[in-house]
Amino acid sequence: MMSMSSNMINSALAASETVIDATGKDQYGRPIDYKIVNNEIRRAVSEGVKNITLTGVMGQRYIATAVDKKINISINGTPGNNLGAFMDGPFIEVFGNAQDMTGNTMSSGEIIVHGNAWDVTGLSMRGGKIFVKGNTGTRVGIHMKEFGQMSPHIVIGGRAGDYLGEYMAGGVILVLGENIPKQISPVGLSIGSGIHGGRIFIRGKVNANQLGVGAKLETVNDDDLKLINELIKEYESWFGSSSSEGDFVKVVPFSSRPFRGHFDSTPI
Amino acid sequence: MNSDMWKVPDRFRPVISSLCITCKKCIKECSYDVLEFNNGAIHAKHGCVACQRCVEMCPQDAIEIQRVPETMAPHGTYTERHRRAILSQANSGGVLLSSCGTDIPYNSIFDDLLLDAAQVTNPAIDPLRETVETKTYLGSRNGSLRLSSEGSFAVKPGCGIMMDMPVMLGHVSLGAVSYNTQKALFMAARRLNILAGTGEGGLHRDFREFAPHLNSEVASGRFGVNPDFLKDVASIEIKIGQGAKPGHGGHLPGEKVSDLISETRMIPLGTDALSPYPHHDIYSIEDLEQLIATLKEAVNYEHPVGVKIAAVHNIAAIASGAVRAGADFITLDGFRGGTGSTPRIIRDHAGIPIEAAVAVVDKRLTEEGLRNRVTLCAGGSIRSSADMIKMIALGADVVGVCTAALIAMGCRLCQSCHLGKCSWGIATQKPDLVSRMDPELGATRVVRLLSAWNEELKEILGAMGIDSVESLVGNRDRLRYIGPNPRIADIMGIKHAGEGWG
Amino acid sequence: MVGKSEASKHCIGELCGEITDFSRLPSYGAARPPGLSSIMGGCGIAGCMDLNGGKIRGDKIARMLSIMSERENGLGSGYVAYGLFPDHKDEYCLQFFFDNEESMFAVEECLKKRGEITRDECVYTTNHTDIPLPHPMVWRYFFVPKSSSNPKYKDPDQCIVDLVMNINFSIHGAFCISSGKDMAVFKGNGFSYQIADYYDLSRYKAQMWCSHSRFPTNTPGWWAGAHPISLLDWSVCHNGEITSYGVNRKFVEMNGYKCTLLTDSEVITYTWDILVRKHGLPLQVAAFAMAPMYYRDMELMNDHNRQLAQQLRITYKEAFLNGPFSILVGRSRPEITMLAMADRKKLRPLIIGHNEDDGMIYAASEECAIRIADNDAYTWVTNPGNPMIARVGEGIIRYGTERPFEGAFNEQ
Repeated sequence: MMSMSSNMINSALAASETVIDATGKDQYGRPIDYKIVNNEIRRAVSEGVKNITLTGVMGQRYIATAVDKKINISINGTPGNNLGAFMDGPFIEVFGNAQDMTGNTMSSGEIIVHGNAWDVTGLSMRGGKIFVKGNTGTRVGIHMKEFGQMSPHIVIGGRAGDYLGEYMAGGVILVLGENIPKQISPVGLSIGSGIHGGRIFIRGKVNANQLGVGAKLETVNDDDLKLINELIKEYESWFGSSSSEGDFVKVVPFSSRPFRGHFDSTPI
Repeated sequence: MNSDMWKVPDRFRPVISSLCITCKKCIKECSYDVLEFNNGAIHAKHGCVACQRCVEMCPQDAIEIQRVPETMAPHGTYTERHRRAILSQANSGGVLLSSCGTDIPYNSIFDDLLLDAAQVTNPAIDPLRETVETKTYLGSRNGSLRLSSEGSFAVKPGCGIMMDMPVMLGHVSLGAVSYNTQKALFMAARRLNILAGTGEGGLHRDFREFAPHLNSEVASGRFGVNPDFLKDVASIEIKIGQGAKPGHGGHLPGEKVSDLISETRMIPLGTDALSPYPHHDIYSIEDLEQLIATLKEAVNYEHPVGVKIAAVHNIAAIASGAVRAGADFITLDGFRGGTGSTPRIIRDHAGIPIEAAVAVVDKRLTEEGLRNRVTLCAGGSIRSSADMIKMIALGADVVGVCTAALIAMGCRLCQSCHLGKCSWGIATQKPDLVSRMDPELGATRVVRLLSAWNEELKEILGAMGIDSVESLVGNRDRLRYIGPNPRIADIMGIKHAGEGWG
Repeated sequence: MVGKSEASKHCIGELCGEITDFSRLPSYGAARPPGLSSIMGGCGIAGCMDLNGGKIRGDKIARMLSIMSERENGLGSGYVAYGLFPDHKDEYCLQFFFDNEESMFAVEECLKKRGEITRDECVYTTNHTDIPLPHPMVWRYFFVPKSSSNPKYKDPDQCIVDLVMNINFSIHGAFCISSGKDMAVFKGNGFSYQIADYYDLSRYKAQMWCSHSRFPTNTPGWWAGAHPISLLDWSVCHNGEITSYGVNRKFVEMNGYKCTLLTDSEVITYTWDILVRKHGLPLQVAAFAMAPMYYRDMELMNDHNRQLAQQLRITYKEAFLNGPFSILVGRSRPEITMLAMADRKKLRPLIIGHNEDDGMIYAASEECAIRIADNDAYTWVTNPGNPMIARVGEGIIRYGTERPFEGAFNEQ
């Protein structure tokens, strides 16, 4: 059976701060199981710990899933899939690259990734923010939605792959295209396919043929620029200054009901 | 009562309700002369075929066609249908004629097949937002693509054309249908970027503009076949047989050979237009090879040349022979396929279901390593997108659709085409009736129908986790059988519902 | 070198000691279990290679693969090593699973008829494993096919393909799991770490490793059905489910291959062999045929590329792998080469890593598999349907983010 390594909890630190060391190995030499790591997080949260540091993380999945307290979690290493899924409140900072499905269906809180975050980042986000310093993969920000005061935001420093903001129903995606040559688009194909709410801002080259079904290009207005500048300021507060060159384009829905004419409801 | 010609009871009767304002529009619209006005009201006489023209045109919605209840004593063996036929033939001494596909409710194998859908192990694809392709190629293929080191073709690739959906409008000849009907079909084909069959009656000079979207038929009558016409069209199809009448030719009566038909078929006005039963230059497979080669020479190998065969018992071997004889595509026509006129005896009793034919031909061509050289088209009784999709899964690259398109344009399947009095202006050459068909409206309705089918095709492909239609062609693994006859499923290579991948 | 003759004797002795009567073995190793025909599911893949041709010990790849423990359920895992037999580079290395001695004799008889066995040995396996019994006997032959006057067998590769197909199809209880030069497959019905221990991969050093762990969904595991699926020097580690399997199977059958494993991954292996070895397509062009571009996007290409792209789709529509996948493909000729790609909608994960300092290249389903091997590697994701290709001695030929056909031909 797997056993928790004795050095996992550094009890020398103050009660409001906990270090969870995930470098242990199981009997087969594999990194310790995510269940052990998440149990420790849950225990620390229930004990009122406000700051949790994870070290030596190596692919453990579901870290901080469904944590609903406003606590700080900093992660050193490579967190696995579904980091911060369903979370409602925590502030997570990742020093490394995140894998797939980061921030899946999260309601509030923030995830700051000092590296890349790959496919399906921010799936179905309802609120909160994700900042990624580097690049992202395919299908980022799919089906983000907003309701009332809740509006999710994703800021990507580098590039995003195909199907960015697919099915998007609300919220904001900002792609800064840092360190990407001007002649290359920082986004892939089928951007905002099926988009029926929300806005995607992209700095750099975007051709109309990169847009998905139901998406259209617009020029940014003053309100948009205000929001963009606020988000860039926040981005810079985490990752340092960004290049401020290049204009933004905006991808928005054609209609809030893009496929209304698709069906025939006649009784047969 | 005439002493030797007895009554054959009517099957349908128009019933006029109190909403009628006696505007008499229905009388004008009825091309079968069923309705009359007397004593201040509209009355129905004998001869209603249930073409529904009066119903559609009545401004008051005052007409309903009712089925005349069976008045003969019920009998399970000698059904009313049989007794009507006997009475009729005793009156006429003739071969029973009818039109459209068979109306006998044979068990449909399509209805016994269910499609697969993606769950968990592979994601379904949403065709509204993600690309699902239905572009389809019709033509010959080489089994491989040989490239030079510079990336150019070391061997000339096959010849063919791309269509926007895996559908070909079936062959209806000018003669069987009216000028306006053919025009509407050709317009629809052009707008959908698919092919339409010309039928065997040649191509009217007005329709040359549609040539890039036409599949021209070379039938035993060779009507209208000439080199410049062949060089214009997208593809050429040698018609050996038709699903509704395999082993039968054609006979367009002299009355129908109007100026327009005479000119297009290049025969004298008012003579019968006869299509011999076989091609008299094809008595064997080697002869077929000759005709294919002749046509390919005639068009300098720039257009694909195919062969249309009715689905008959030995269809797999025949299709294989046709491919070996050089056919670039094979069109299979099932026994339920439509026609403008045919003896009932053939229509209702010869051939095999297209479902079985497609599956066994696809299997046979695969086993012989020929399937990736040829395009397989199949038609005959495609009633819905579901049939179309199942046909593709059974093995067809391209599905022939015809009756459904005609229904979209007005046809109500009254099966009276051979009478030449079509009230919708479809299967007629009478100028006043022909003018009822508005080509623009007809084309629009066909385009709407097939566009909807194409969307439904994408929906089901997406549900199966397939994003391009070619990956469904002959993918019988994605079908399951739920019918009463496991043997036919085995023959077609389809597992039963409840069986998994294993 | 491993598997010295003393070791072989020792090994067979052990096996005999454990199971004295071969005939009592259930048909579970090489012979296809009844009712099993197809294996689909979500899996983990990992690969690494040294672009400079240095040797990598097998425990490294085992570590990379085993970290993705959520991607396997113990019903199959496997590894393939390239650059393994520098002393036998010109001989085919045929590795077999045998359920019993009869099947082994039958195979040897068959091999002797078709060529010369230059050396044979038992592949080392440990007794100390918790992989459930029975275990097949794993045997390795170095083999040179007879030169034949039959034009069909002028090509020794074709000779091997037919031999492998015939043995797998007709000799009950025997299955050829790898048949290439300078490479070998190690696989079985267990967790990734169990299989690594079972074959003691740390005793092997290779220039390239690819590996696979399996999470089959609806069928029991089966030793020969585990990945990598290999033919000649091709190996394929496949994560995904091919929704066009029925069509792809027709393609390989039309080209003379017998589907003996009936997994979707098997047809992928054969398709590579057809497109690249038989039809002479460059690797990335073959990749395009398997994961083609949308027709719509072809309109944006130049005339030459558009015609090529369209003809590839038309000609090879049965080779088009539809549905979600990511694959690792290995080959030892002309040089040891790794190709990694995902389907054209990118519905399965694939991360590539490269460390410029030591020339290591990595590919895996998850970033952590790369990180556990190398904390400093630069990582990126390939574009949908776009292959990463790397070759020993040449470096990275394609990153998987370029336009199609870029650099595929001499003049462009």
